[in-house]
Amino acid sequence: MAAELQLAAAEGRRVAPGDAETAAFAVRGMTVSYGPKPAVFSVDMTVPEGSMTAVIGPNGAGKSTLLKAALGLQTPLAGRATAFGQPVTDVRDRIAYVPQRASVDWGFPTRVIDVVAMGLYREMGLLGRFGARLKARAADAIARVGMAEFADRQIGQLSGGQQQRVFLARALAQDADLYLLDEPFAGVDAATEKAIIAVLKELKARGKTVVAVHHDLSTVTEYFDRVVLLNVRKIAEGAVGEAFTADTLRAAYGGRLAAADLPGAVHAI
Amino acid sequence: MNGAEFVSLSLPPIVIGVLVAVTCALPGNFLLLRRQALIGDAISHVVLPGIVVGFLLTGAVATWPMLLGASVAAIAAVVLIEAIRRLGQIEAGAAMGVVFTTLFAGGVLLLEQSDTSSVHLDVEHALYGNLESLIWLEATGWSSLADPAALAGLPPELFRIAGAAGLVALLLAVFWRPLKIATFDENYAAALGLPVTAISLGLVIVSAIAAVAAFDAVGSIIVIAMFICPPATARLLTDRLGAQVAWSVALAAIAAVAGFVLAGYGPLWLGGSDAVSAAGMIATVSGVLLGLAALVGPHRRPLAAQP
Repeated sequence: MAAELQLAAAEGRRVAPGDAETAAFAVRGMTVSYGPKPAVFSVDMTVPEGSMTAVIGPNGAGKSTLLKAALGLQTPLAGRATAFGQPVTDVRDRIAYVPQRASVDWGFPTRVIDVVAMGLYREMGLLGRFGARLKARAADAIARVGMAEFADRQIGQLSGGQQQRVFLARALAQDADLYLLDEPFAGVDAATEKAIIAVLKELKARGKTVVAVHHDLSTVTEYFDRVVLLNVRKIAEGAVGEAFTADTLRAAYGGRLAAADLPGAVHAI
Repeated sequence: MNGAEFVSLSLPPIVIGVLVAVTCALPGNFLLLRRQALIGDAISHVVLPGIVVGFLLTGAVATWPMLLGASVAAIAAVVLIEAIRRLGQIEAGAAMGVVFTTLFAGGVLLLEQSDTSSVHLDVEHALYGNLESLIWLEATGWSSLADPAALAGLPPELFRIAGAAGLVALLLAVFWRPLKIATFDENYAAALGLPVTAISLGLVIVSAIAAVAAFDAVGSIIVIAMFICPPATARLLTDRLGAQVAWSVALAAIAAVAGFVLAGYGPLWLGGSDAVSAAGMIATVSGVLLGLAALVGPHRRPLAAQP
C-alpha cells in the first residue's frame, strides 16, 4: 500500500482518495479456494472506521473464509487485506478476532480468566508477568460481558452463550480498534445476544470498528449500520438501508431464500 | 538387597526410567490435547529403520550414528505424515498409522536382510529395551554418588536422557504461553500473529527428541505408553493445564518406580522365580493408573466433549 502511494507520488499521479487508505478494514480482490471451485472469488469490501458491518450470505458463501483469509489464517489465491491503511499483518495489535465458538474444544483444561488472559499475550510476551495491571484488564473485560462471577470457572462448565461471551471478553482484553467476529450470535441464548450486542454498540460508540459474520437476517437492520452480502462473490455492500433489500437478498440467496430455510428472514424483509 | 547392590543395580535403571517417563509425558500433554497422541507411537516405531540404516552405514553399533539415524527417521516420518495428510486429504491418525507401520515394517525387513547377528540389535531389543542392563558397576554404595571416579562409570544413557529431559522441560517452560494458546485455539493464535505452524512442528520435533532419547535408553514400549498414559490420567484428575502437566510428571515417575520394583519382585511375591521386563511392567502400571483414574477420578467427561 505504501509502495503504491510512493510510486504514484513519484509519477506525479494524483491518488484518488483511495478508500482502502482511510478505511478501518479493507479487502481487495480476495480469492480463496479449497478445491477446484473458489470459496471466495475476487471480493472487495471497505469498512469505514466507527461502523458496524454485518457480513451475510447463505451457508457456504465464504463469509468465515473471507475473514480468515483477511487475517492470514488461510492462504488466499489472490488478494490482500488492510487495516487502517496498512497490511493486516503489520497492525495485529489493533485487531481483535473472535473465532467461531465451535472451532475449539471447550473441554480444554483451563479457566475463563486464563482464556481471557490470552488476549493480553502480545503485551505479556513469552515470559512477561501477568501482573496486577493486566489482571485488572482481564477482569474488566470479563465484567463487561457480564461474566464476573464465572472468572474461575472451568470453560467446559459454561453454557454455549457464556462461552461465546468469554470469547468476546478475550477480544475486549486486547483493547483493539477493529473487531472481527465470526458468527458471534450463533446458538446463543437471548440474554447473551443482548449482552453481546450491548458490548458491540458500546464499542461503536467509542469509535471502534466492528465487523461480524452474521446469519440471522431478521436482526440485521436492528444491530448493524452497514452490510456486505456475499455468495462466493460480493453481491452488495453499503448502508443497511441501501444494500439490504429484497433484490440483493434474492441475488445472494437465490432459490434458497424461498426454500424456507430462512423463513424468519423472509417475513422480516 | 543391601545398599551397595541397590545403588549399583537398581538406582540407575530407576532414575533412567523416571527420566524417560517424564521426558515423554511432558510433550505428551500437548499432543493429547491436540489429538496427536498417536505421534509418540509413530515416532517410536520409525526410529527402528533409522537405527538400522545408521548401523548399516557405519557397520558398528555406535551410539551417535544410530541416534542420528533415528532422528532423521523421526523427522522424515513427521514430514511424510504431514504430506500424506495434506495431499491425500485424510485424517491425521490414519496418516500416522500408514507412515509408522510402513516404516517400522521396512525396518524389520532391513534388519532381517542385513547381517546383524554378530551385534546386539534385534526387534525385541528395540521394543522392550533393556532397562535392567543399565547398571552401575563402579558403585560400591551410597558414597559412590559423591565419588567423581565412580560417577564417570554411570551408564551414558543416563546423561543423554537427563540432557533430553532438561531440554524438553526448558523448551516447554519458555514456550508455555504460545503453546497453550495455539493448542486451545489455533485460529486465534494465528490472528495474534503467533507462528502456529512452527509451534506445531516444534512440538513434534521436541517429541521426537524425547522419543529418540528415551528409545536409546529403554526401547519403544515405555515411550509409547508414557506419551499417552500419564497425560491422559492427569487429564482426568484436574481441569487446569498447569496442574495437568504437574500430575502427569508425578504419575510418570510413580509408574516408572512402581513398574521397576514390581517387575523385579512382583513375580517372586506371586511365587514365580523370574523377574519380568521392567519396560513392560512400567507401561502396564501406567495403564493401570489410567484405568483407576477413569474409574474414580473426578473428571470423567470424555476429552472430546463438545457443548
